[in-house]
Amino acid sequence: MTQAPSAPASATAFRPLPKAAAPGDYGISAKLPDATLIKWLRDMMLIREFENRCAQAYQQAKIGGFCHLYIGQEAAAVGTINSLNHDDPIVTAYRDHGHALARGMSADACMAEMYGKVTGCAKGKGGSMHMFDKPNWLFGGHGIVGAQTPLGTGLAFAARYEWEVMGKSVTGGPAKKKVALAYLGDGALNQGALHEAMNLAGLLDIPVIYIVENNGYSMGTAIERGTTMAHDLRKKAEAYGMEGAIIDGFDVMKLYDQFKPLVDRCRENQRPAFVDLKTYRYLGHSMSDPQKYRTKDEVDQYKNNDSIDRMASYLMNERKTNGKPTLSEADFHAMQAELKDICMKSLEFAENSPIPDASELYTDVLYNPQPNMSPMRDYTHGVKNPLL
Amino acid sequence: MTTLSPAIPSDIAAEIANLHTLLEKPLPSREGSRVIQFREALREAMTEEMRRDKRIFLLGEEVAQYNGAYKVSQGMLDEFGPKRIIDSPISENGFAGLAVGAAMYGLRPIIEFMSWSFSLVAADQLLNNVPKMLYMSGGQWGCPVVFRGNDGAGGQLGSTHSWCVEGLYANVPGVKIVIPSNPYDAKGLLKTAILDPDPVFFLESERMLGDKAHVPEEEYYIPFGQAALRHEGTDCTIVSFGRPVNFCLEAAAELAAEGITVDVLDMRTIRPLDIDSILASVKKTGRIVVVDQCWPFASVASEVITQVCERGFDWLDHQPLRVNTEDVPTPYAKNLEAEYLPNKFKIVAAVKKSLGLA
Ligand SMILES: Cc1ncc(C[n+]2csc(CCOP(=O)(O)OP(=O)(O)O)c2C)c(N)n1
Ligand SMILES: [Mg+2]
Repeated sequence: MTQAPSAPASATAFRPLPKAAAPGDYGISAKLPDATLIKWLRDMMLIREFENRCAQAYQQAKIGGFCHLYIGQEAAAVGTINSLNHDDPIVTAYRDHGHALARGMSADACMAEMYGKVTGCAKGKGGSMHMFDKPNWLFGGHGIVGAQTPLGTGLAFAARYEWEVMGKSVTGGPAKKKVALAYLGDGALNQGALHEAMNLAGLLDIPVIYIVENNGYSMGTAIERGTTMAHDLRKKAEAYGMEGAIIDGFDVMKLYDQFKPLVDRCRENQRPAFVDLKTYRYLGHSMSDPQKYRTKDEVDQYKNNDSIDRMASYLMNERKTNGKPTLSEADFHAMQAELKDICMKSLEFAENSPIPDASELYTDVLYNPQPNMSPMRDYTHGVKNPLL
Repeated sequence: MTTLSPAIPSDIAAEIANLHTLLEKPLPSREGSRVIQFREALREAMTEEMRRDKRIFLLGEEVAQYNGAYKVSQGMLDEFGPKRIIDSPISENGFAGLAVGAAMYGLRPIIEFMSWSFSLVAADQLLNNVPKMLYMSGGQWGCPVVFRGNDGAGGQLGSTHSWCVEGLYANVPGVKIVIPSNPYDAKGLLKTAILDPDPVFFLESERMLGDKAHVPEEEYYIPFGQAALRHEGTDCTIVSFGRPVNFCLEAAAELAAEGITVDVLDMRTIRPLDIDSILASVKKTGRIVVVDQCWPFASVASEVITQVCERGFDWLDHQPLRVNTEDVPTPYAKNLEAEYLPNKFKIVAAVKKSLGLA
């Protein structure tokens, strides 16, 4: 008889850090070229710098609506996305700026979207929670908790279908084996959509990897207060007949060491998987969160185990290239300055970009708009109703 | 700077152009001897398009091995195999969302809901993602899925299984809603729905799946937004859609025997709504009765009447009337259910009232 898991930690209990990987104890990631590893560090630093600028812009009321920042979780997006091919589709929730940037969206397009400008990735129609980037195979940030998980399943289903049934890609080129990533927060573990999606993926051999970005909280609810078996989420994967893994999301190289082989297996075997990716957000849930549910000590402990610091320290101290540190202090500072510049410029770009023309209100409602779709005078795509 | 997709991608634009060409062809005759059932007409529409386009697949509960809960997909597994005719577990929210992802990726899913009543557990996908994806993504990804299944009461299925979803779903911009009343229209409209790159909710009726009519051998596509004038007259305009159109035709025959002649407009699609044909008829008759199998409050009937008042007020000789289902949950008992639904007696009475005869 299964017992209920041991008493949940109270909301204010100290959430201990998972056991850290010993630095230098790296596998396949250590064999990657210097430039690749430096790029990862750069990506993580870009996200952090960008998010700091978002916070600033939000406080100045330049950004509206809800704005969920990714600071602390950078290794999660960077490590997982860099384990993929560029044309492997991904979909995520509303805490999505990091995924967009890691996928290659420009800081300008991302910031302009939040400013509600027409130069934004979705022409200012999506906002912070809805980052879409077709050239970079990012099928959206999604605002409804868990709703993106069936979508990720469908993306992987389609990728398998074009390879297996059509024998060519939907755009006409050669088809190949792909995997899709569906990111979700730990709060989405308790949404029916996820469970229906995982069951479908297990049944229909759909090559999707569900990645729980487990930052320990959904808003103010510690995971144990909302989720059964929080101490071993792999049991959920087991129930749906798929491989489950717990992965350290605080060290991007460790993450890659575990995650890349999982991606390769899912791609090869065209099967789903599930990852409990341990991570932590340093800031509040959104820009308005008094954070009564956790202690400052707890946050500090995680900050002292920062994924960017760890990666920088590896590249600047432990790893040597031709007898010298792989990344020199001078190069590191140059990189910092460059990223700061990129992000400052994104604010400027967003600020100076035009707002969408009022006619944009009526575009993108339908691909194939028709007369009388709507009783309004101007219906979709701005076409005038001939009767009015 | 991420490059922005043009408003309509070239491949989608080409598909729209192709569909428009097909829709320009004159429709074949409704008269003939090739009589088939409504369910067979639906099956033919899907089968013909699936033979042509491998991106199309059919997924739903019991669609494959069981041959369809209502035998719409009978034999399709044999022809297309289990990779294209896919049995799903009872997970409407999951498979509706799967269809959204697959459609964004570039496939053309047809999703069968055993009943639209069960689509309510997929409401988040159907109301949040399906209609809004193109907009939210700034035009980058649409959602070309056809969701189809049984809609409406009439088989003594009680409150949970008798939903008419058109009133609910018509409220959301971004989807097209099709509701045929006969086999000929069902086939031509479903073929158009499958080729249309926008999401389509296609509402059938379990009560009509066995209805028989001539459906021509040749392929044809019926345009959305064009009502069919199913009965012609001068005294009153009756507007309806889906199964109740057949009750309107019964009522029209009965009224004709009393010397009252009516136009019966079968809307065929709710979005788009062929208000032009409604107004043209109202201009002629000066009277309108809308027959709608949904509840009355904020229904399609309310919308039709609002638009008529907005645009044809001066032509009206009597206030618009509507015949909806009674404003109560759907009862089980046979007599109560009959009393609950629109029927020819209620329609006849409404027409007479509009003529000042009641
Ligand atoms: C269906 C639904 N319910 C509630 C919300 C409001 N909400 C937004 S984020 C959130 C917490 C989710 O936490 P988690 O999934 O752990 O993601 P995290 O914010 O930690 O990244 C809630 C309750 C929502 N967006 N969607
Ligand atoms: Mg969380």
